[in-house]
Amino acid sequence: MSRQDWLWLPVLFLVLLLVALVPLTESRYAVFLGTDILIHGLFAVSLNLLLGYTGLVSFGQAAYFGIGAYTCALLMKKAALNFALAFVAAGAFGALSALVFGFFCVRLTKIYFAMLTLAFSQIVWVIAFKWNSLTGGDNGFVGVPFPQNLDSAVRFYYFTLAVVVVSLVLIRQALNSPFGRILTTIRENPERTEFIGINVKLFQLIAFMISGFFSALAGALFGIFNHSVFPDILFWPASAEVLIMTILGGMYSFLGPVVGAGVLLYLRMEVASYTEYWPLILGLILASLLFFFPGGIVGFFQDRVSRLRRKP
Amino acid sequence: MNLPDPSFLIIQSLNGLTYAMFLFLIASGLSLIFGVMGVLNFAHGSLYMLGAYLTHQFVSWFIDAPGYFWWAVLLASLGVAALGAFIERFFLRHLYIREELNQLLFTYALVLILSDVAKLIWGTDQFSVSRPAILKGAVEILGQYFPKYNIVIIFLGPLVALLFWFILLRTRWGRTIRAAALDRETLGALGVNVNRLFTVVFFIGAWLAGLGGALVSPISAIVPGMDVEVIINAFIVVVIGGMGSFWGTFLGALILGQVYSLGILILPRLSMVFIYILMVLVLIIRPWGLLGRPLQR
Repeated sequence: MSRQDWLWLPVLFLVLLLVALVPLTESRYAVFLGTDILIHGLFAVSLNLLLGYTGLVSFGQAAYFGIGAYTCALLMKKAALNFALAFVAAGAFGALSALVFGFFCVRLTKIYFAMLTLAFSQIVWVIAFKWNSLTGGDNGFVGVPFPQNLDSAVRFYYFTLAVVVVSLVLIRQALNSPFGRILTTIRENPERTEFIGINVKLFQLIAFMISGFFSALAGALFGIFNHSVFPDILFWPASAEVLIMTILGGMYSFLGPVVGAGVLLYLRMEVASYTEYWPLILGLILASLLFFFPGGIVGFFQDRVSRLRRKP
Repeated sequence: MNLPDPSFLIIQSLNGLTYAMFLFLIASGLSLIFGVMGVLNFAHGSLYMLGAYLTHQFVSWFIDAPGYFWWAVLLASLGVAALGAFIERFFLRHLYIREELNQLLFTYALVLILSDVAKLIWGTDQFSVSRPAILKGAVEILGQYFPKYNIVIIFLGPLVALLFWFILLRTRWGRTIRAAALDRETLGALGVNVNRLFTVVFFIGAWLAGLGGALVSPISAIVPGMDVEVIINAFIVVVIGGMGSFWGTFLGALILGQVYSLGILILPRLSMVFIYILMVLVLIIRPWGLLGRPLQR
């Protein structure tokens, strides 16, 4: 860890403490929103592993989120598997599908990569949408129970918090390792990385798999959180939404995507009680973000802080 | 498996051909904008949707005028084109220096904004426009009836294609546009106003989307959500045919139209899967599309 990281540690600890105290407010609203933010925060960070750190624009990340959600819910309800096994299986299946799809995707670059990730996620969506007997199709797969021992919103909140924190620490460790440095090198210049003897496609594929794994874990949590899974979470606008969360928070900082998820979900919740025109507001937020705050929220504040430090 | 009546197959195939022509109109605009400016315009489906809504609006205003339908189509498509040029000139232009992702996300922001603006103006009711008097009724083909309007569309599609092929390959304007696709800096250095050229290209691309929406209004319901539905199909057409390739887009639209209309007869539940599998296969085997050329971007 660098000196700067140590400076942030107390802040991080304080934030974590506050997040852990949320259920003490005894507000169902806060617990609900908190769980939602934690789950989407993990989802956005797993996307950012590709977007911000490896330089791959995945436009089909919803596929792995959805695969995780369906796998966990189906195994628990149809195969009566216990939650722990179903949860691990969801992650594993997410990673496996990311391996299969990613094998083809990493062969392409830029817009073609984005298009192929989109195409694969649409295939997964059609399957979930049309395979009524398995997934319930358009009507969704409903009646997913809370697992044993986690049978209240507060308990599930703490479980989600634990999973998310452990996952984020693991991802952070991976990114700070030589492996993570190679990913950043690939982002900066894939051709030159190839020249220094690194198998770029292999590393991109591994990053894709890790990202798929954590997206699927987030999805598995989301299915239980909602007690149901709908094909909508696989449709392409869902992939666009998590991209927006990531950009909103800031794709060049590790926790930026979590901040983005928090701000977006909070705003949606607030706005929804006043007006049905949330997409309009989201569109305006996104557009002004692109024009005025290209570094996202966290990027904006980092800029401010570093300017203040330079002045005196 | 029982083979359906051949005349039914032909009608179904003609339906697919009609659908292909709409897809071609939208996708050719998308492909033109991508080919020249490198911008993947998510809002192209929204422009198509606005074309349909505006046609409905103009038709309800001009209902007593002679030839009102054609005036409505013309005005609606030009209105959409003007909106496209406005967006390019005042917003998108400032994002060219940024990464492609920023342009992509901005056009997605437009999707969100335009869909709600349409809801604010026209509500969530479903609208339809009646066919122009001349083209009401149907023609008998092998004992089955096929609407006259659809036949006109089937001929109109290739006509627009030929017109654009002529403009792009045989006129000075077309040469300039093709040059901009290859190397905009050099073109600028040679004294061409590249900024204005880009606005014009966006105008034309948006006009094609608006025209598609205007012409589809008599045969398809005008509803919120038609933007999101069509844009993915337009993407698939462009990917299959080759991004930036003109005849590729035409071929892609024909393929998609037939897979939809005939695939529904074979495996009704899975006709959509065919399309996506086709898209995946093309991207894996020939990422630059069936008739496209590899891009060095």
